[in-house]
Amino acid sequence: MMETKEKLHQTFLENIYSIPDGEKLKTCIQCGTCSASCPSSYLMDYTPRQIISAFRAGMLDQVLKSNTVWMCVSCYFCTVRCPSGIKFTDLMYELKRLGIKYGLYSPKNPSPVMAKIFVDTMNQFGRSAETVLLTLFFLKTKPLGILSFVPLGWKLFTKGRIATSNKTIKGKGDLVKIIEYIEKKGVA
Amino acid sequence: MKYSYFPGCSLEVTAKSYDASVRAACQVLDVELDEVEDWNCCGATSYISIRELVSFGISARNLAIAEKKGKDLVTVCPACYTVLNKANIYMREKEDIKRTIDEALAVANLKYDGTVKVRHLLDVLVNDVGIERIKAKTVRKLDGLRIAPYYGCQISRPHGTFDDPEFPITMDNLFSSVGAEVVNFPLKAKCCGGMLVTTQPDESLKLIKDLLSCAQDNGAQLIVTACPLCEINLEAYQGKVNKEFKTNFSIPAIYFTQLLGVAFGLPKENLMIGKELVSSEKVLDRFYGGKR
Repeated sequence: MMETKEKLHQTFLENIYSIPDGEKLKTCIQCGTCSASCPSSYLMDYTPRQIISAFRAGMLDQVLKSNTVWMCVSCYFCTVRCPSGIKFTDLMYELKRLGIKYGLYSPKNPSPVMAKIFVDTMNQFGRSAETVLLTLFFLKTKPLGILSFVPLGWKLFTKGRIATSNKTIKGKGDLVKIIEYIEKKGVA
Repeated sequence: MKYSYFPGCSLEVTAKSYDASVRAACQVLDVELDEVEDWNCCGATSYISIRELVSFGISARNLAIAEKKGKDLVTVCPACYTVLNKANIYMREKEDIKRTIDEALAVANLKYDGTVKVRHLLDVLVNDVGIERIKAKTVRKLDGLRIAPYYGCQISRPHGTFDDPEFPITMDNLFSSVGAEVVNFPLKAKCCGGMLVTTQPDESLKLIKDLLSCAQDNGAQLIVTACPLCEINLEAYQGKVNKEFKTNFSIPAIYFTQLLGVAFGLPKENLMIGKELVSSEKVLDRFYGGKR
């Protein structure tokens, strides 16, 4: 068990250090500027500073299973403010990817579901189909929640702000080739 | 002035009024927008949460198509702006990324030399066209209109080059120059919650409430945005905020190009004013012959 956990931690380390500028993570001075700048740290089980700390202590699987990583709103305040130049938002993206790859995220968290549906609809149409996206999201996460969305949906519809059909881009074949080539190369 | 134009997915549906007003305002300023042929979604914050290199690859397709025209690529959505810039920067700086993406593009008979400059329309209008020309085209001064320009995140962070990531001022200067009163709005670069408002509205509602409070307390009658997601988050959730926090907000949010169009004397219909969820009538009607 220990060995597996250590191996997993090793895999995480390698992955994180291999993202562009990922090595900078080693220079974190635990000042907490990231946590203080984060608009959603009040929602997080672990703040951004704690994530780096937990990561160093080899506790990353616990962090991934918490709600933290998926609360990142990609506002990039931490990234532009970090005195060590750590691109923390990009690190959060890598943690999201690792969580999905190893199934390490809370099943109750709707955000990874949204990300997956977004990618699926984008792959299907070549563009993001907002109406399809929202419908699938509600069906998968909270089917009854769709009722709470009806008043807003109707208002948007009456203002002509909801699509009633979706077109697929002409170059979808090319797009799929690009995606498949990168996926196949195993460096997705 | 000629540019390649990347509208992005939101502008086809929920943010149609952004697209309409972008085209209308650019026409007044003789800015020619040539839409990138058959562009694909940039993937926003979602694609990169699942696949990193693929997300750069799909942006590379857009950049490769745009490169054929040899013009700067103009986006109006800050998410597209960030994603396209990020792909561009990583392809320029990281050889291994560039190599893989070049190979992938070649499979689709595309090629990207890395020459496209990705810009936001706000940058183009203020820095290429210039405030003097905008003033010269203004036929309806926005005198007495108190606005809170709201920038949100990705227009200036992390890849923005034309404004301050902490305290942007481009829209402030733009609208002061056409007569509007820009109120103090300390939260102007703070996040609205982004996609979290869609996935977890109960948790993230506070972010919207804080922004609305800040704008209202400082006397704003109107919030002006340059982002489709900020715009819809700020207006679509006001009812929910009012219910949850026992507040009474009714502040319209419109796109900066819509307000610019008002100053240019363009008809409401051309700017799609009236498609908001929180009506802007009481604030903007006086510029259309209504009561002050």
